Amino acid sequence: MRASVLWNLFCAEGAHVNLMKQHTIVALMQDQPGALNRAVSLFRRRGYNIASLAVGHTETPGISRMTLVVESDDVEQVVKQLYRLIDVVKVSDVTDDPTVDREMALTKVHTTSATRAEIATLVEIFDAKVVDVSPNTMIIEMTGTPAKVENFVEVIRPFGIKEMMRTGRIAMMRGTHTHRGTEYVEGNGHMTTGTVLN
Amino acid sequence: MSEEKTGAQIMCEALIREGVEVMFGIPGGAIMPFYFAMWEYRDQLRHVLCRHEQGAGHAAEGYARSTGKVGVCIGTSGPGATNLVTPIADAMMDSTPLVAITGQVSSAVLGKDAFQETDITGITMPITKHNYLVKRIEDLPLVFKEAFHIASTGRPGPVLIDITKDTQQARMVPNWDVKLNLPGYKPNYQGNRKQIREAIRLLMTARKPLLMVGNGVILSGATEELRALAERTGIPVITTLHGIGAFPEDHPLSIGMPGMHGWVHVNRAIQECDVLLNIGGRFDDRVTGKASTFAPKAKVIHVDIDPSEIGKNVKVTVPIVGDARMVISALLAEMPDRSELAALHGNASDWMEHIREMQAQHQHKQQYIARPDVPMHLPPHDVYAALTRIVNQRGNYRIVTDVGQHQMWAAQLIDWHRPRTHITSGGAGTMGFAVPAAMGVAIAHPDETIWAICGDGGFQMTNQELATIVQEGIKNVKVAIINNGYLGMVRQWQELFENKRYSGTPLSGPDFARLAEAYGLRGITVEHTDEVEAAINAAYEYDGSVVIDFRVEREVNVFPMVPQGKSIGDMITESPVV
Repeated sequence: MRASVLWNLFCAEGAHVNLMKQHTIVALMQDQPGALNRAVSLFRRRGYNIASLAVGHTETPGISRMTLVVESDDVEQVVKQLYRLIDVVKVSDVTDDPTVDREMALTKVHTTSATRAEIATLVEIFDAKVVDVSPNTMIIEMTGTPAKVENFVEVIRPFGIKEMMRTGRIAMMRGTHTHRGTEYVEGNGHMTTGTVLN
Repeated sequence: MSEEKTGAQIMCEALIREGVEVMFGIPGGAIMPFYFAMWEYRDQLRHVLCRHEQGAGHAAEGYARSTGKVGVCIGTSGPGATNLVTPIADAMMDSTPLVAITGQVSSAVLGKDAFQETDITGITMPITKHNYLVKRIEDLPLVFKEAFHIASTGRPGPVLIDITKDTQQARMVPNWDVKLNLPGYKPNYQGNRKQIREAIRLLMTARKPLLMVGNGVILSGATEELRALAERTGIPVITTLHGIGAFPEDHPLSIGMPGMHGWVHVNRAIQECDVLLNIGGRFDDRVTGKASTFAPKAKVIHVDIDPSEIGKNVKVTVPIVGDARMVISALLAEMPDRSELAALHGNASDWMEHIREMQAQHQHKQQYIARPDVPMHLPPHDVYAALTRIVNQRGNYRIVTDVGQHQMWAAQLIDWHRPRTHITSGGAGTMGFAVPAAMGVAIAHPDETIWAICGDGGFQMTNQELATIVQEGIKNVKVAIINNGYLGMVRQWQELFENKRYSGTPLSGPDFARLAEAYGLRGITVEHTDEVEAAINAAYEYDGSVVIDFRVEREVNVFPMVPQGKSIGDMITESPVV
């Protein structure tokens, strides 16, 4: 969202705005109190703003997965430092990899009998879902790529957004490549990628 | 072993299982159950009651750095824990194995601003290698096992264990049959073979190679291997501040210390070298100066056990993640035979000759170039000249330094030969380190003489530990205060770069000799060069710990020097004459 605000500023004023690259980092870590705090702290230490963060369980019990979007031109060092954390088992910067990226937004939009049908059409076009209806509001669930969610929000905004909540981005590599927790937990001597640097 | 124990008893037994012999700490409300239990284990676990938790932490660091074992310090919750923050940060910066144990308020009131409650795991998160908040007695055996494992393996560092009071008081039959479960922690000791071969290939074609060694060589116990590598290849050896002692300075291949207060010939050699092999050093900014101008002609081979250090400050051509000792051994094993090494040797010896010529052009190590127009009663350099002569005659010593001018003089002017004999606060630069750390070293090495060299500023930050030294009957700490009545290093910067605006640096103090006597130590005051030797000998002959107050010339600077932010090629070697 911040990036788009910056972008609008850039267009409106024609000023030169140095847009920092957004990096998407995926980390697997042990499901322990403090693990998330430690990981996020490394970004805070450098003054990097975290644009989006999503954490949740994985296919492996005891391992949680974090997808973090950070605005910075240089994340290589932080990615290496993430490996220093005892709780962190695997980190990847997937920014330039082919991934499926998803975000979700819940939007409570103002409706009248006049606008309800038009909103419903937009919901259909964007493949979103109406999950709650009241006489003058509607909650819309929208899932998609960050850009698609962004577009949908902009389209729906003129009707009057009363409340909105967006999740952090989650990302998964396309194809057979996996980030699984099991290989680490079973302790088959797998070494982190940090050990061979080329 | 199926007897029921309290959490506190389990803590004591866990420490004994980890081979802990001595702990430094101060009790308080939230850690009282642990102290209650400690009493029955006192024959196996020695507790040293310090006067401030910072002293306890530094003492544990001194113990750890001089032995290679894990140091243990203890504090209660709240202020006890926060007082440990500085030594924990110091241990983090200098890769010191340390376990800090803190009491925490009972889990029932945790997070409710209870008396002496502080979120110490939150506070120490960025300055520990790992930390734990223990709320269940059944977790204690595994947490202690993990903590000591993490502190002492890979790149060593501090681990904090915060234990709620009710956990210490709870009872259960301990289960010691616990297995480490650290899927995210697998330090790589063996260097990558392909990279090792690439390193050798680079070294073999080098005309001006240099070996730079840091703390990693000492931590991994690689001094023998390092010597073999240097001698087989004939490559000149640089020792960083924390690499001091990894390679004997009287060895013909030793050229000295690099960096901000390193030697001119060493820094120039770095700027000229074509291959720089750094083993176990992290290219700190005090070593590199302006990093973008550091070793501009060199291909850098960097050996470090911590992958996040490689490529952090300096561009690296050949990265090798591994333990210094294992990587050096692998380098030696893969090294070609003598005939092929002859070419490298030839190059290295011409190169060494060049470095020695540069060295000869600049002031000799022991020589202090006094300005004849400024008469001096006691230049600090005279203290170091006498000290290095006497300690090396008498042998069996270790030297702990604090932070500031005296620290740099010690690094420059004392002849260092053995690992773990030079102990200092490097990365964190913690004033107040020396006295308590020397106490920890003295406890670990009761048969050696432990010198603590400090400035009058640093000494006054932790001199309360003199009381601990006396209470514990420690007789082998000899404190040398290089007393110039200033926070000298800051004053030097003010003189050189801020037009002598001595803002906040002139410093008074008590009569340190009388202060020492008041604590029950012997105190000696020295004001002239011709008293120095007698005072040092008197300190040796006195059967107890001693403080010598060397009242040195007030405004002497540490040279050579690289001004901050400048290239290490731009050293200044004397004050601009005003």
